[in-house]
Amino acid sequence: MKCQFCDKPATVHMTKLTGLKEKRVVHLCDACAKQQQVFVEPEASKEEMNIPAIVHLLLGSQLSPMEEELARLTCPHCGIKYMEFRGEGRLGCPEDYAVFRAGLEPILRRVHRADWHFGKKPPHQIENQPVQAAIYDLHRQLRQAIDTEQFEQAAQLRDAIREKELSG
Amino acid sequence: MNLDTLISTTGEWLRGTGPESDVVISTRIRLARNLSAFPFTNRASAAQKAELESLLRDRVTRLDVPHALGYVNVAALPPLDRQFLVERQLISRELANAEGPRGVAFDEREAVSLMINEEDQLRLQVMRSGLALDQAWNEIDHVDDTLEAKVSYAWSEQFGYLTACPTNVGTGLRASVMVHLPALGLTRQLEKVFRSLQKINLVVRGLYGEGSRASGDFFQISNQITLGKSESGLLSEIQGVISRILFYERQARGVLLHEKRQELHDRVSRALGTLQHATMMTSDETMELLSSVRLGINLGLLDDISLHTVNELFIHTQPAHLQKLVGGSMDGEERNAARARYLRTKLRQAGI
Repeated sequence: MKCQFCDKPATVHMTKLTGLKEKRVVHLCDACAKQQQVFVEPEASKEEMNIPAIVHLLLGSQLSPMEEELARLTCPHCGIKYMEFRGEGRLGCPEDYAVFRAGLEPILRRVHRADWHFGKKPPHQIENQPVQAAIYDLHRQLRQAIDTEQFEQAAQLRDAIREKELSG
Repeated sequence: MNLDTLISTTGEWLRGTGPESDVVISTRIRLARNLSAFPFTNRASAAQKAELESLLRDRVTRLDVPHALGYVNVAALPPLDRQFLVERQLISRELANAEGPRGVAFDEREAVSLMINEEDQLRLQVMRSGLALDQAWNEIDHVDDTLEAKVSYAWSEQFGYLTACPTNVGTGLRASVMVHLPALGLTRQLEKVFRSLQKINLVVRGLYGEGSRASGDFFQISNQITLGKSESGLLSEIQGVISRILFYERQARGVLLHEKRQELHDRVSRALGTLQHATMMTSDETMELLSSVRLGINLGLLDDISLHTVNELFIHTQPAHLQKLVGGSMDGEERNAARARYLRTKLRQAGI
């Protein structure tokens, strides 16, 4: 098997399952794998896989303009990058659902065959409970601040929510 | 809470009673929940995890529920005690092996358990003996509402309860029914039955969850989808499938009894004999043999041993339980000898 970037023998093989019966395979030689930053070498001498780079490589040619845009997104609240989420499969904070919404909806449709919740609602959050209602309202303001990219105000609101949460 | 007091008991899920208990061991429902004002556990700083742990510990231990909850600081436990809680299904392997501030609150019946700082900040779990999806749901729904009056959950109109992994979002509900299917195993029909489950989005796992091997023909069947369906819709789907599995397993048991009674009687008697007399016994072999004995009891082929004794042996011969019972940690070989000794003694005490 030859490296798909040069003609040297491939030593790194990766497979991504893109559908039930489809898959995408990448074969690389050692040098090209390093060049593509498949491995990261931190302080330790042990090589570790650089998951986001691998995901990027595997998705590479498939990225649509929308996905290109998603790939550049970073959550202003927890600092997670969209590609980190795709690599690790875990989100960083509740706000990511709003920030990465365009990327999440297709994933949810594939996993759950749905992109809307149809079940229980937290009864107290909606009821007129003074503290919870205040927190809920702060959340609404927080979401507005995010939507209008007023990140400093968003940070203040988040702190206010945490304070209320701890005193409640 | 002193964990050593738990050793002499078996907990709710191994009581061996409850509806359909000839096939269904236990029912478990868990809900994944997070607080709106914090990052998810994997992204939280050490300080945030500590803050979350103390906030949630305070809320869960003061929770106004019928059975008071006691708290265990999992981070402070030695590995053996963490493994012990995993074997009792009070915590997940993930929580046992995680790092940083984390804990679990559970009641004396070991029916309700609330994990803090798992993959999600809160994992609420209710266990029941036998097939009892509705009962389990009612209890966990109530615990969830009571807790939600004290904290602000991360929730959105569109996505429901927000979770660290999008595979749990929406209801955050995973219901798992643990079934014992020895006759489908003996008649080699398991694969056929499980294949039909995948088509309806249910997952089959081994005894201790994801990645664990199925030994002794014990399986956990759970829902995969959590978004876009109501809790009652998800539960009734599982209920329907379990009813069919019950039918197939009992049918297979009937056929075995009718056509191979002698062979089956020999098999279950040999299993009991080996448990009574062997001097070395691995965990897997114990599970296989207890599985046969359990089948023998349910089919009326063995009548001098009770289901409860089998369930007790089943949990007590797990590695961490055994080491706590015998006292002190042991390597594999010592453990196999101790396990065989424990089985011999227990079965003699039970008068078999």
